[in-house]
Amino acid sequence: MELQKFQYDNKTVKMFAYATILWGLVGMLVGLIAAIQLYLPAANMSLPYTTFGRLRPLHTNAVIFAFVGNGIFMGVYYSLQRLLKARMFSDLLSKIHFWGWQLIIVLAAATLIMGKTTGKEYAELEWPIDILITLVWVVFGWNMFGTIIRRRERHLYVAIWFYIATFVTVAMLHIVNSIEIPVSFWKSYSWYAGVQDALVQWWYGHNAVAFFLTTPYLGLMYYFLPKIAQRPVYSYRLSIIHFWALIFLYIWAGPHHLLYTSVPDWAQSLGVVFSVMLIAPSWGGMINGLLTLRGAWDRVRDNVGLKFLVVAVTAYGMATFEGPMLSLKNVNAVAHYTDWIVAHVHVGALGWNGFMTFGILYWLIPRLFQTKLYSEKLANMHFWIGTLGIVLYAVPMYWAGFMQSSMWKDFTPEGQLKWQFMDTVTKMIPFYIARSVGGALFLVGAILMTYNLIKTIKVGTFLEIEEDQAPALVGEYQSHSKDHWHRWIERKPIQLMIVSLVVVAIGGLIEFVPVFLVKSNIPTIVSVKPYTPLELQGRDIYIREGCYTCHSQMVRPFRSETARYGEYSKAGEFVYDHPFQWGSKRTGPDLAREGGKYPDSWHYNHMLDPTSMSPGSVMPTYPWLLEDQLDANSTIAKIKAMKRLGVPYPEGYENNAIKDMEAQAKEIAANLKKDGIETLPDREIVALISYLQRLGKDIKAEGLKAQK
Amino acid sequence: MKFKNYLESITGIGIYPLISLLIFVVFFGLVTFYVIKGNKKHFEKLSNLPINDNETN
Repeated sequence: MELQKFQYDNKTVKMFAYATILWGLVGMLVGLIAAIQLYLPAANMSLPYTTFGRLRPLHTNAVIFAFVGNGIFMGVYYSLQRLLKARMFSDLLSKIHFWGWQLIIVLAAATLIMGKTTGKEYAELEWPIDILITLVWVVFGWNMFGTIIRRRERHLYVAIWFYIATFVTVAMLHIVNSIEIPVSFWKSYSWYAGVQDALVQWWYGHNAVAFFLTTPYLGLMYYFLPKIAQRPVYSYRLSIIHFWALIFLYIWAGPHHLLYTSVPDWAQSLGVVFSVMLIAPSWGGMINGLLTLRGAWDRVRDNVGLKFLVVAVTAYGMATFEGPMLSLKNVNAVAHYTDWIVAHVHVGALGWNGFMTFGILYWLIPRLFQTKLYSEKLANMHFWIGTLGIVLYAVPMYWAGFMQSSMWKDFTPEGQLKWQFMDTVTKMIPFYIARSVGGALFLVGAILMTYNLIKTIKVGTFLEIEEDQAPALVGEYQSHSKDHWHRWIERKPIQLMIVSLVVVAIGGLIEFVPVFLVKSNIPTIVSVKPYTPLELQGRDIYIREGCYTCHSQMVRPFRSETARYGEYSKAGEFVYDHPFQWGSKRTGPDLAREGGKYPDSWHYNHMLDPTSMSPGSVMPTYPWLLEDQLDANSTIAKIKAMKRLGVPYPEGYENNAIKDMEAQAKEIAANLKKDGIETLPDREIVALISYLQRLGKDIKAEGLKAQK
Repeated sequence: MKFKNYLESITGIGIYPLISLLIFVVFFGLVTFYVIKGNKKHFEKLSNLPINDNETN
C-alpha cells in the first residue's frame, strides 16, 4: 500500500504549552494572594479589584480554564495527531482556537476583577464571553473532528473517546447553564431561579469537574502514561468500561453539592446513589493507570515525568475515593461549607491536574526541542517541593474543616450553642497560614519548572517540521464476520459522539424535567415578594463583590443551624432569585436570615471596617461602597429583565421603579442619621444595606402571622 | 410554620430514578459483555496505538 507523507503541527502544541505554563503561574499566584487575604484581609489594599470576592473567581477560572484548559489542548493537539496519523485538520482553525482561547482568558481576567460576574461558581463570566467561549469551543471541535475524519488509522484509541466526550458534554453544559437574559453589555440575569438555578448550576459545576478536569485528563493519562513508560495500558478492556461507566455516572452526580438544601429529596438521593457508584469506574481508571507500570517501576525512578504522573494518578484515586464519601449525606452534613471541601478540590487540582500537566511538560518540551531536559536534578527538586506543598496544603485544610464543623455543631449541656461564629473563624487562622505556605511551595515548584524548561528551550532547536508516513484509509471497512456492535462505535467518531451525547443527555434530562415541571407546582408563598428596586440593586452589588464566595444563604435543617441562624430555608423562598446565591463555603456566617438582625448603622460600619463591629473578623473592608454612587439608571433595564423572567412586578412598574428606589434609600439614610451617620441616599452602601436587611424577612413575616 | 416541602409531592417521581438505574444497568451489562467476549488480539492492537507511532527522535 502506498505510504502517504505528512507533517505534524508542533507549533500549536508548543504555543499551548507556553500558555499552560504562563497561566498556571498566574492562576497559582492569584490563589496564593487570595489565601493570604484569609488571614491578612488588609492584603486587599482596600481596592475593589484585589479583594477576595473578586480574586477567588479569578483564581478558580484561571486555574480551571486557563491552566488546565491550555493543558488539555496541548495534550490533545499532540496526541490526537499521532494517534490518528494525521496533521491537525486546519492550521487556520488551530490558530483561531489558540488565540481565541487566550482572548477569552484575558477578557475573563479583566471582567472578573472589574466585578462583572454572573455570580454562578465556575460560570462567572458574563454573556458576551459566554458566546465567545461557545464559538471557540466549536472551532476546537471542528478542528478535532476534521482531523478524525482525515485520519489514517481506522480505530480510535480510547484517549480520543475521552476527548470526544469532553467536547460534546462541555458544549452541552456550558450552553444550558449560561442561558441568561442580558440587562446591559456586561450584566445579565440567569434564566433560572432559586432551586432550579441551583440544580442547573451544580449539574454544570460538578460536570465541569467531570468533563473539564477529569475526562480530558484521563484521555491524556491513557496516551502519555503508556507513551512515557513505553508499554501499553494495563487493560484495554478495563479502559472501555472505565469510559462508559464514568461518563454515564458522572452526569447524574451534581445534586450531591446540594444535600440538605431546599432541593427536592429525590434529586438529592439520585445524586448520592450515582456519586457512590462513581467510585467503581474512577478506581478502575486509577488501577489501570498504575498497573500500566507493573514491572516497570524502575523507570519511574529514572524518569521524572513518570514520577509526576504516578503521583497524579494516585491523587486522582484519593480524590475520587473521597468524592463518593463526601456525597454520603451524613459525611456531607459535616464537610459541606467547611475547608474540608477546599482540601478535597485541591488534592484534585494540585495533585491530579497540576502534576499530570507538569509530568507531560517535562516529557514534551525536550521532545519538541530535540534535546535533553536542562536539569533532572531541578525537576526532581520540583517533584519533592510540589509534593510537600500538596501535603502542607491539604492536611491543615482537612483539620480545619473538621474543627470548624464540630465547633459549629457543638452545644453546651444546657442546650445552647457553645461557640460564637467568630470563635470558629479565629480558630482557623493558623490553618490558613499553613495552607498558604503549602500553596507557596507548590508555586515555587512551578517556578523552578518554568526556569528549567526555559533553559531547555534555549539549548534546543524547535522541531518545526516533524514528518511521518502512513497508508491512507481506503475504501469501505471490511467487517469481520463476527463483528460486534461496539466496533461500529469504535470506528465511527460521529457515532461515538452521538452515543456519548445521548448517554450524558439522559442524565441531565431526568434530573431536570421534574424540576422544571415544578415551577407550576409551587403554590406561591404569599409573603414572598419580589425584591424592591433598591434591594435588587443591592443584590447586584452583593453579586459583584463576590459575597457568595464566603457567605452561604441556605440554612440546612439541623438543630445547630436553626439555633444559630433561624428557620431553615424553604424552596419557595427563592422563586425570584435570578441567580440563586446559596453559596458553597462559610468562611463567614450564613446570611439567609440576616435581615433585621442588626440595625442599618451596624452594616454601614461593618462594611467600612468589619472588625469595628465584629472583633477578630477576617472580612475585607469595603470603603468604596460608601463613596461610590449607585448606577440608578440601570434600574429600569433591570426591572424589565426581571419581568421578562416572570417576576411579577405590576404592569409598567419600571417607570415607577426609580421613584420607589429613591424613597426607600431616603428612609435608610434617615435611619443611619439617627445613629449619627451622614450619608447621601444615592450611595451603593444604601442599596446593599436594603438587600441585607431584606434577607429572610419574608418568611419571618409569615412566622409572625402564624403566631398571632 | 406552615410551609411544606412542595417539591416532594410530584406524582410518580419514583419512576425517574428507576428508569435511570435501569438504563445504566442494561448499558453497563452490554459493555461488560462485549469487553469480555471481545477479540483479544483486537484489544492488543488498540492498546499499542500510542506506543507504535513512529519515533523521529
